[in-house]
Amino acid sequence: MIFLELFYVFSKIGIFNFGGGYAMLSLIQDEVVNKHHWMTINEFTDIVAISQSTPGPIGINCATYTGYTAVIHAGYPTWAAVLGAVLASLSVIWLPFILMISVSKYLIKHHDSKIVTSVFATLRPVIVGLIAAAAIMLMSKENFGDPSESPFVFVLSIVIFLFAFVGTRLFKVHPIIMILLCGLAGLLIY
Amino acid sequence: MNIYTDIFLTFAKIGSFTIGGGYAMVQMMEKEVVDKKHWLDHEEFMDTLVVAQSTPGLFAIDMASHIGLKLKGVTGGIVGALATALPSIVAILLIAIFFQTFKDNIYVEKIFMGVRPCVVALILAPCFGMAKKAKLNKFNWWIPVVAAVLISALGVSPIWCILATGIGGFIWGKLKD
Repeated sequence: MIFLELFYVFSKIGIFNFGGGYAMLSLIQDEVVNKHHWMTINEFTDIVAISQSTPGPIGINCATYTGYTAVIHAGYPTWAAVLGAVLASLSVIWLPFILMISVSKYLIKHHDSKIVTSVFATLRPVIVGLIAAAAIMLMSKENFGDPSESPFVFVLSIVIFLFAFVGTRLFKVHPIIMILLCGLAGLLIY
Repeated sequence: MNIYTDIFLTFAKIGSFTIGGGYAMVQMMEKEVVDKKHWLDHEEFMDTLVVAQSTPGLFAIDMASHIGLKLKGVTGGIVGALATALPSIVAILLIAIFFQTFKDNIYVEKIFMGVRPCVVALILAPCFGMAKKAKLNKFNWWIPVVAAVLISALGVSPIWCILATGIGGFIWGKLKD
């Protein structure tokens, strides 16, 4: 039964996903392409590309798309595929949600305890490092263009990067406005 | 406005503009829930980041669950989590149904060539403000630097950095007593 399988596979993907969406891609690929043959490796590459350029967490994007495609491939009509997509997406969320709620409840209750305060005081600096690392890892050819192949794109990407950084950091431009501005710039210039 | 409607609209907005993974929405979420709505202060916001990072599940949704829970209990948490996921589900469904060739569209590609470097800047920008709020000083500045190098250059999972620092903080707290 395709719906039960989707529920089981995506619940598993949800609970084993530590450390953000990109970490779960290899896990999804293994389940969806290699084990269950719900889509080909090419279709999977496409969905990763689409996920990177559409809103929302990448794990949810993959789950929605896989749920839809798997049900269509199994020969069901579109409305059933929509149900499959929603089911797969919610399956990713529900287990971590219960866990997160339990941890949060504990922390909110013991917020002022000495040991919780001390642990969090040390953890706050490390979060700064984690986010910096995420940004550093995204400074890649895929996002900025290859300097030897397309120097124009590369230079322009650096300009957009600096513009967005200064705009949000110093002039407090809202990130949503910034994304729209840079999207418009890309559309007009390239 | 009804608080549930408020939670729903705020997180649906954040979900709609999260492009390129969970970290990109840190700055936006901070602006919305801390500066605008005053649902949390800056320290609580950073603590929420730590918790979201160290539990399984999608970062953005973990954040939304925690903030929703803090405001309105479990129902608030459910509203926050679903609101964050909803724009993503709708967008992908539309693409799956209507635009199988979406990624090949030349205009879409042009727009995203502009958006991608912007997203990297949006991720990096809050680091500097956070460095101040995390009370970085000459004794602990090395913590974020070592963590960033371990993760980005050596491929160490962020989980290990958090675990190691957490245990360190626990021992340090005990020693000080």
